[in-house]
Amino acid sequence: MTLSPMETAAAKTPDSMAKRIRGLSDRTIAWIFVAPTIFLLLAVNIFPLIWTIRLSFTNFRVNRPNNDVEWVGLRNYERILTDPDVWNTMQATAHFLIWTIALQVLIGFALAYLINKKFKGNDMWTTIIVFPMMLSPAVVGNFWTFLYQPQIGLFNYVVAFFTGADPASFSMIGDVHLAPWAIVIADTWMWTPFVMLICLAGLRSIPDSIYEAAECDRASKWRQFWTITIPMALPFLMLAVLFRGIENFKMFDLVVQLTGGGPGNTTTLTSIDLKREAFEKWRTGYSSAYAVILFVTVFGLASIYVKALNKVKER
Amino acid sequence: MSFSVTEPTKGTKWFAGILVIGYACITLVPLLWIIATGFKSPADSIAYPPVVVFEPTLEGYVNLFTERTRATPDMLEAAGEPDTWYDAIVQERGTVISGPSRYGERFLNSVIIGFGSTFLCMVLGTMAAYAFSRFKVPLKDDLLFFILSTRMMPPIAVAIPIFLMFRNLGLNDTHLGMILLYTAVNLSLSVWLLKGFIDEIPIEYEEAALIDGYTRFQAFYKVVLPQAATGIASTAIFCLIFAWNEYAFAVLLTSGTAQTAPPFIPTIIGTSGKDWPAVAAGATIFLVPVMVFTILLRKHLLRGITFGAVRK
Amino acid sequence: MKKTLFTTAATGAIIASGLATSAMADGHATDLTLCWAAWDPANSLIELSKDFEAQSGHTMNFEFVPWTSFADRMLNELNSGGQLCDLMIGDSQWIGGGAENGHYVKLNDFFDANGISMDDFLPATVTGYAEWPKNTPNYYALPAYADVVGWTYRKDWFERPELQAEFSETYGYDLAAPETLDQLKDIAEFFQGRDIDGTTVYGAAIYTERGSEGITMGVTNALYNFGFEYENPDQPYDLDGFVNSEEAVAGLEFYKELYEVGTPPGSSNWYMGENIDAYRSGQVAMQMNFAFVWPGVEADETVGGGNSGYFPNPAGPAGQFAQLGGQGISVVSYSEKQDAALEYIQWFAQPEIQQRWWDLGGASALRAVVEAPDFATSQPYAQTFLDSMAIVKDFWAEPAYADLLIATQERMHNYVIAGEGTAQEALDGLVRDWIEVFEDEGKL
Repeated sequence: MTLSPMETAAAKTPDSMAKRIRGLSDRTIAWIFVAPTIFLLLAVNIFPLIWTIRLSFTNFRVNRPNNDVEWVGLRNYERILTDPDVWNTMQATAHFLIWTIALQVLIGFALAYLINKKFKGNDMWTTIIVFPMMLSPAVVGNFWTFLYQPQIGLFNYVVAFFTGADPASFSMIGDVHLAPWAIVIADTWMWTPFVMLICLAGLRSIPDSIYEAAECDRASKWRQFWTITIPMALPFLMLAVLFRGIENFKMFDLVVQLTGGGPGNTTTLTSIDLKREAFEKWRTGYSSAYAVILFVTVFGLASIYVKALNKVKER
Repeated sequence: MSFSVTEPTKGTKWFAGILVIGYACITLVPLLWIIATGFKSPADSIAYPPVVVFEPTLEGYVNLFTERTRATPDMLEAAGEPDTWYDAIVQERGTVISGPSRYGERFLNSVIIGFGSTFLCMVLGTMAAYAFSRFKVPLKDDLLFFILSTRMMPPIAVAIPIFLMFRNLGLNDTHLGMILLYTAVNLSLSVWLLKGFIDEIPIEYEEAALIDGYTRFQAFYKVVLPQAATGIASTAIFCLIFAWNEYAFAVLLTSGTAQTAPPFIPTIIGTSGKDWPAVAAGATIFLVPVMVFTILLRKHLLRGITFGAVRK
Repeated sequence: MKKTLFTTAATGAIIASGLATSAMADGHATDLTLCWAAWDPANSLIELSKDFEAQSGHTMNFEFVPWTSFADRMLNELNSGGQLCDLMIGDSQWIGGGAENGHYVKLNDFFDANGISMDDFLPATVTGYAEWPKNTPNYYALPAYADVVGWTYRKDWFERPELQAEFSETYGYDLAAPETLDQLKDIAEFFQGRDIDGTTVYGAAIYTERGSEGITMGVTNALYNFGFEYENPDQPYDLDGFVNSEEAVAGLEFYKELYEVGTPPGSSNWYMGENIDAYRSGQVAMQMNFAFVWPGVEADETVGGGNSGYFPNPAGPAGQFAQLGGQGISVVSYSEKQDAALEYIQWFAQPEIQQRWWDLGGASALRAVVEAPDFATSQPYAQTFLDSMAIVKDFWAEPAYADLLIATQERMHNYVIAGEGTAQEALDGLVRDWIEVFEDEGKL
């Protein structure tokens, strides 16, 4: 590092040097500390976002660098919003979102509630239940295709064992009606522990004294559950829904490995569709508009939701 | 043991324990199936109907780390008696080892990119979190929300311009590019988590240090950092898990040099068709580091997973 | 900045011819990288190339990409002018883009200078892997791996007397390798759901994959043989009435029917790997697959060693064709080591190396190898390989092939697997998609 003349001078007089650094206002230090983070986020998140917005008004295609780039105004947006295929993928995404969240919250909360009964060894079993979410989602998706194979996979045989149905009579990823459920099951398997952990944190945050007071009032356990446990844990439940909602709206890796979006387009979630437009068809302008629409949707929904969450917290 | 109205009865505990253990057993089946598949022979792995009892073999692990060539009889003869146990396994199938596979490389990439981005993320995240916690930063709440909102973007949506940007900067398929990218994605989590941890460190410690003649930097370095060590460690785990398992960016932005293991594992193929034992072996080995960390830091899991919303 | 494609290609050619003469004289050692798909033959090529390394002193590196992402990754590499690959064993359909966009070095002068003649290779492979435009003597690759879709069947099951008796009673002819597509469907239906040695087996594993090129490589085997044409033979890019002709519709309907009556449950997203798995694990009586799997089938413990037979894609009402696979080897024009890369091609083209290539499980396209008197009997599948290579047809090899393929994948998969709409609608839609692509390209 080279020193400026002023700094060299300062170095010769240690006292004044120390004073100078201590003299750096808190405000300056704050900026020095925050700036790298903001800079990196601007460079890797915001700058690309602005670029995406710009591209979304053009007909640019990455794989045709020699073609002239034209401004097409809002045509990309118009095409996307009027394309029935896009609405189908939105529907598939909604189905996936609603069911994964519903199942994961239900099972996750139930597990957390049971674990909170503090039976012997609950710590160890909690850790074991958490393992699936430590796997790479792509690897999970890949392996579930294998598990779902009617002939060589395990899933159909397990179902057959419990229901008595013929393992060859159904195919989870081959059937247009079952495939949307196949991805819900795999995702639920992987991420229920996540919801469980958040719920557990919520349940543990409820002070025992409140239950003790209720007990004194002779409130039934059932009443305690509905008037204490649920309301107190609600902010955490909502937090879990927010995280899973954002993550599953972005869902790509697990499902693309599991079904590849098929059969037909039955499990083509928006991220998968977007990947096809952007990185297979290379319709960069069009897919940029698509990306902007998705971002606005998730950002808008999340903002409304966060407001609701804050209201619940304040209560 | 003192009596408490909130302590569940013995019966309740038994009931809860049985249900939870039952769920854990069911949820373990797919995981155990993956691990077991790693020890099957290729024929057993795709047996129709599937087999539960099988003769374990290390073939999957050997195949994971080697490239093999189908050998003509003269090549097998030239190879002679197998020198090692793994040569023996490979020659049993009428193949010879032609070299190491790419798995080692991919795993190493995951280590470099995973740990590199986690380290960078901790450095930047701790600094920013300290500033947000201790100083009056203008537009603090807006900035914090901005940082959080970067996490909402679907990776595919930002991948297009990042792909273009990286291509222009020569960062495509480089370790540095992936480290910067994962750091940026993880920063939101780490700033939020670490701010929570630093908020809890009493400000009096630093004030005392400042009076003793420490500079702000020294106070941060010598007083705050050691106090925040547990918080930093548990935050690091979450950043590492994300970077370790990330797929979408890795599959779109890396190919030859900087590809990590997640896009690679599902594509491992054998002498004909997919080599399921090798895929399973690769997945198992890849799981071990995060599994160990999870067990070591299970006490801090709750804190991290709620984005710092839960206090001790 | 606009560079015409022609100048780029021409520059590449001039550089190539200049280098070709100096290539052999200047023999200092270089690191060469060869790019190909990650599959069995690639491993054989590593083994084969050891001889080149020993002879030339160059070091060979290999970049093998899984089939499902091979095209995405490598076309991206070429389009961005990347220098990762010096040698590219690119898929047959890339040749148009490779030539027109200047990714590949034109090899004519190099061939002339080194006495390599395309007449020495199987004509179908020269047209399929090396020429652009098709049927003109402009070469951008040397045929490297000859491949074609064909069928494998369980000879041990077919030969069971009780099954033979039941089959001829039901269908009125003998159970044997099918000669027509209708027979193929009969046999698939016959085996579908049948109990063999205590397990339920199914008819045939066919290509249905959605993500890359799977279902296209499968469905074309039915389309061609029913009379589908890519374009008006007299007027290029005239699609309507050829792609979606009555015959083509019948072919597509046939494929869907085959999928419904004769394939294993859950085979809705299957390509090469899944088909092999199904066949080796004894789920199916027949398997559609590229010929590259045949050496592996023959070496398999259960289905190999005489238990399997091979037959070319059976004939349909409009003739007998089979989908071409395989690749040619090209020199990438962005490489700075073109001289050494050309040296590799020169070495690879030698008859003894080509023979060794076949012995190692590669598939040579050199006539001296495949037309040798003992070739047909050298392996149980050798004759079928020859018969199949004689009836090949390929998908579009246009520069815009990737866009054409994506449209095909979507239309075919949605109709055959998801049952959306009718065959006529699927092909009409395909015509619309293809016209749009050609309009974008300025060819219409």
